Amino acid sequence: MPLLSLRDLTVEFATAHGSFRAVDRISLDIDPGEIVAIVGESGSGKSVSMLAVMGLLPWTAKVTATKMEFAGRDLLSASPKDKRDIVGREMAMIFQEPMTSLNPCFTVGFQIDEVLRRHTTLTRAERRTRAVELMGMVGIPSPEARLKVFPHQLSGGMSQRVMIAMMIACRPRLLIADEPTTALDVTIQAQILELLVDLQKETGMALALITHDMGVVAETAQRVQVQYAGQQVETRPVIDLFRAPRHPYTQAMLAALPERAVGGRLPSIPGVVPGQLDRPQGCLFHPRCAHAQALCSEREPDFLDGVRCHFPLDETGRPITRAVEEIGA
Amino acid sequence: MSQAPSETRTASQASRDARLRALAEFWYYFSENKGAVAGMIFVIIIVIAALGADWIAPYAPQTQFRDNILQPPFWQNGGSTAFLLGTDPIGRDILSRLIHGARLSLFVGCIVIVLSLTSGILLGITAGYIRGAYEVLLMRVMDVILAVPSLLMALVLVAILGPGLENAMIAIAVTFTPHFVRLTRARTLAEIKRDYVTASRVAGAGSIRLMATAILPNCMAPLIVQATLSFSSAILDAAALGFLGMGAQPPTPEWGTMLAEAREFITRAWWVVTFPGLAILLTVLAINLMGDGLRDALDPKMKRS
Amino acid sequence: MIDSPVLEAQGLERHYDIGGGLFRKPSVVKAVGGASFTLTAGRTLAVVGESGCGKSTLARMVTMIEPPSAGMLKIDGVDVSQPVDRDAAKRLRQTVQIVFQDPYGSLNPRQRVGTILEEPLVINRPEMSAAERQDAARRMMARVGLRPEHYARYPHMFSGGQRQRIAIARALMLNPRILVLDEPVSALDVSIQAQVLNLLADLQQEFQVAYLFISHDLSVVRHIADEVLVMYLGKPVEMASRDQLFSAPSHPYTRALLSATPVADPTRRRDRIRLTGELPSPLNPPSGCYFHPRCRFADDRCRAEEPLLIPAAGHRTACHAVEENRLPVEEVV
Repeated sequence: MPLLSLRDLTVEFATAHGSFRAVDRISLDIDPGEIVAIVGESGSGKSVSMLAVMGLLPWTAKVTATKMEFAGRDLLSASPKDKRDIVGREMAMIFQEPMTSLNPCFTVGFQIDEVLRRHTTLTRAERRTRAVELMGMVGIPSPEARLKVFPHQLSGGMSQRVMIAMMIACRPRLLIADEPTTALDVTIQAQILELLVDLQKETGMALALITHDMGVVAETAQRVQVQYAGQQVETRPVIDLFRAPRHPYTQAMLAALPERAVGGRLPSIPGVVPGQLDRPQGCLFHPRCAHAQALCSEREPDFLDGVRCHFPLDETGRPITRAVEEIGA
Repeated sequence: MSQAPSETRTASQASRDARLRALAEFWYYFSENKGAVAGMIFVIIIVIAALGADWIAPYAPQTQFRDNILQPPFWQNGGSTAFLLGTDPIGRDILSRLIHGARLSLFVGCIVIVLSLTSGILLGITAGYIRGAYEVLLMRVMDVILAVPSLLMALVLVAILGPGLENAMIAIAVTFTPHFVRLTRARTLAEIKRDYVTASRVAGAGSIRLMATAILPNCMAPLIVQATLSFSSAILDAAALGFLGMGAQPPTPEWGTMLAEAREFITRAWWVVTFPGLAILLTVLAINLMGDGLRDALDPKMKRS
Repeated sequence: MIDSPVLEAQGLERHYDIGGGLFRKPSVVKAVGGASFTLTAGRTLAVVGESGCGKSTLARMVTMIEPPSAGMLKIDGVDVSQPVDRDAAKRLRQTVQIVFQDPYGSLNPRQRVGTILEEPLVINRPEMSAAERQDAARRMMARVGLRPEHYARYPHMFSGGQRQRIAIARALMLNPRILVLDEPVSALDVSIQAQVLNLLADLQQEFQVAYLFISHDLSVVRHIADEVLVMYLGKPVEMASRDQLFSAPSHPYTRALLSATPVADPTRRRDRIRLTGELPSPLNPPSGCYFHPRCRFADDRCRAEEPLLIPAAGHRTACHAVEENRLPVEEVV
């Protein structure tokens, strides 16, 4: 049974210019102990969808789904109290900006203690021991001394480690990491990613890694979900995705990476991600797609067989000649 | 492509549309605050009354009707519809005086704001830009002004300059200036570090150009909100000074001065005291509500899109 | 002459005094501790390093926003580390321009695009009429891929990539010979990054501008740089041509940096060089070689003596272990 099961998750925001669909029918399953990467550029809805699952969106957001279950328990109809028990204890999340994710008014030890106090029944002495143990697990040197430190006294890498320590305090079964290393230096990024993978192997927790960096995806994930403008466009095992991407957006994004450049010019994707006011008819990617055909501007493709495209690419990178719907695949 | 429609529009059309969109968005947030909208409606009524006082008011404010001294409002015994809100001890129509007083109050608010805003901005920007001893000295002087209770300071200044509405306005403006100086200086210090200021500097912009085009326009939002809220304080302070006899002098129909003249009639003729008081209360409340709504609508953090 | 250097820097240093008050001496932070390099027309020097390495301070010195505390800086033949007369200063201003990292903070939100682009001309070319200025602005807009109707719009109506184009256009209005680019694509999505990098390559070809390209993203650097300067805590540790640096990096820090950069190929998950520890505080740098606390090859000489940048096998590396030939040869592709 999958640990996290989402079907048709949709998030809409009420704005001054009408309702905005930030997440459009995302479906995802995460199995226990799996590392899944959710990849997309800005506007893809990758962060918003996970924030919706955690229940961290503002009141202006409307979250709907046909299924949103964690370990078999329905999250949509759960009472706020039940939700609070799951979120934070069994499902945890770390964010992009470690320097602002920690409360600057309290020491690091106090904040870890707070998490333990809320979700466990340990005594004060036991909590302190566990806090030191956690700080050691995430690779913070001299953990006892560091308990009394304030967040502003820590570097970016250290703050992120503290965040991770707080989040794994209750041994969650799923850790969602929202761009955890984007704000960090490259060598620290490598350390933190390694830490996350090591923790995952040690504790057996599932890891949902949200990122825009294809390099991070390639080095860390087992399965990848690519999102574009709020929709999921491709979900494949990582080796397959990189070897032979099936959605033109994935192919174009990989081709645009500087490390794959051949010659002086990078093959770039013309145009920009559609915003609230200029969503195209039919397939959302078709205005920018090199292989777009008439059908693409008329009808929105369904998500079939791991890809949302009328003419997905084959193993050689060329689109198939007959629309997926006609083949009945 | 998805951007096709905009290609056919001209540049000026595009910017006009953009302005309308910005206005519509502003109204969307502003109108959510019902109090702010109510306040704005009331303020509009007051402004109309002030501008059209000569035509709206039934009588001139100084005209005395010796036969109708201390006449109660029209809904009471002895009142008449000729004098809707009654008359004061020397027979002047209270409604007319209130309407003309609105003009005075708004005038006071405008002058005070213009004076304190201008001096506040000039001093604040130069302090934040030049720094050094000039800034230290200036801010300490501002601190001294802030340390003294504002009404007391205004009283002292008026006592030195001599009683009268003009001097009252200058005195109140002096007590408001430190608020604007502090706001402007704080924003200047933050704006100076922005990349576009550095970019202008690298392009060779001199100090005046930097202050005027790069820094000042980006300080305006909190200043506008502060100015709106200070408007109501200015009216209140002017009324207080008038009440103490140091502001507008009788027979000027300034609301505070009207209150002062009516002090002895609180028990005998309640309408002479209550209506000017109500006018002050409602106007200040309306401006404050509107200012709150303005601040919320202009604050980007509270925006939703 | 095509190959004469547009900029020459020798031993550039920049110190800041931090803290201190009435009773305490201020502590000194050496943001840049001695950098030497040249810039040539039409070529790109990339400066690579992590936070605290001094690359932004270097950018500010080259753009003449801050004067160097020590060392020599010659721009277009003029020594700017000495006081310069006003006309020369004005001319030099126009020789070096800068593009910043944050597309959302580098444009004045209260000015329209046209005004932003024309401002450098208003300040520096008083002989131009308003019509001439507008014409120049519009031509530059077209050159960077903006449409004519963008002239009257405000910055907040544009995406990050478009704002960077505006920033690049503004920087080029005065026809500078040197363009300092401080992480210009770091904040952009991959697809937009590719567009902007292509634009920068085209513009360099056309205008023969020298680029000082600052970045922490080695994959971008590999694509765009001709030469690379690697910095650590204010000191240059390695300088080499792009191909040499990426095929055979010599300094241990460079190797660690390359090893840590994620590669978009899941079949190549390799063993990383694990760089332990954190960046030391610039207020209290380590003795000898700044990198020694985190270096696997550090010995006593490294702890005591600061290494100098010495030429070796086409690179210039500041490392005792390289000088003494103690390092294993590692091939990194």
